[in-house]
Amino acid sequence: MAFTLPALPYDQDALAPLISPETIEYHYGKHHRAYLDNLNRLSEGTDWAARSLEEIVRRADGALFNNAAQVWNHSFYWNCLSPDEAGGPHGEPARRIAEAFGSVDAFTERFTAAAVGHFGSGWAWLVRRGDGSLAVTSTANADNPLRAGDTPLLTCDVWEHAYYIDYRNARARYVEAFWKLVDWQFVASQLACSERGGMGP
Amino acid sequence: MARHELPALPYAFDALEPHIDARTMEIHHGKHHAAYVNNLNAALDKHPQLFELSVEDLLRDLSRIPEDIRTAVRNNGGGHANHAFFWPLLCPRGGGAPVGELAAAINAGFGSFDTFKEKFTTAATTRFGSGWAWLSVDGQGSLVVSSTANQDTPISEGQRPVLGLDVWEHAYYLNYQNRRPDYIAAFWNIVDWKRANASFLAARG
Repeated sequence: MAFTLPALPYDQDALAPLISPETIEYHYGKHHRAYLDNLNRLSEGTDWAARSLEEIVRRADGALFNNAAQVWNHSFYWNCLSPDEAGGPHGEPARRIAEAFGSVDAFTERFTAAAVGHFGSGWAWLVRRGDGSLAVTSTANADNPLRAGDTPLLTCDVWEHAYYIDYRNARARYVEAFWKLVDWQFVASQLACSERGGMGP
Repeated sequence: MARHELPALPYAFDALEPHIDARTMEIHHGKHHAAYVNNLNAALDKHPQLFELSVEDLLRDLSRIPEDIRTAVRNNGGGHANHAFFWPLLCPRGGGAPVGELAAAINAGFGSFDTFKEKFTTAATTRFGSGWAWLSVDGQGSLVVSSTANQDTPISEGQRPVLGLDVWEHAYYLNYQNRRPDYIAAFWNIVDWKRANASFLAARG
């Protein structure tokens, strides 16, 4: 059975003006869809077609990995954003972030530095390590923390296509906007889920 | 002992329209390229004796660059060298076919201009993420097509570039969005083959 493009969890104009409908139209409608189409083309007729997306992300290489991981990463990214007032983390994520980074501000600074400082295309992540600790990382191109045994809790896409229409070269301004859109309830659900041994968008 | 400077564009921002739009050129040169130059200088400030070297000499053997600034020189020195090489390769009335000894070398190396073009286009299209497609002269004096990630340059691989194409999304997103193949097709209309031939003659030595 072919992989399908998950619906956006909000309308295309829901994140405006921080992320424009035009950006979403291309980012979701063209980039995400192209990765999905490539994934289906590359997996069709192979053993991979019967596997889960997560398993392909964990085990495949080359073009199949790139496209599968970009499908996973984008689905996860859309879920990390919400048009509702973001505020900041609360409850368990807030407690664990303070424990890991000293304070929520220190975490925000660390994640921002990872996102702005990542050279070239890629992703910034908040992950839960195997030992239960939280960490900030960045990955190049399609790479995904699952490959390193970490569980993603939050991500920011820093491929230029994620922000070039709205912010041009000013990636730092896009990351600033990102913080106003983070869906901390989703982060909390990912954390709770990963502690029970599951995960995924 | 000189700090690195942003070279002036050899044409107006709008000179390459409709193939590359003025807004893209303005940001690409004035913001992206300028940032690479500034960041390179900032890194070299920690080892000012390295201002003696040209950016190409810095990149030729990165293992000789002090470790604390090696990644910054690789990324920003590469960004500066690649863009400085790229701008003069483009011209408003470019396109057509290779000229001079480069034309003969392309035919000898790839069979025909069309075959070369196809190979270079594939390299540019399939480079995943940010990077560059290249035609270079390798250590044996042969023409080779390759692609590099991010701002890595063939210079660091012992090769000398003849033709390069920036396939970072910032090079084409305002005009072509996700359609990188359309941007690559447009590139062939603005290649300055005289300039590429001069690069080839210099690269071959």
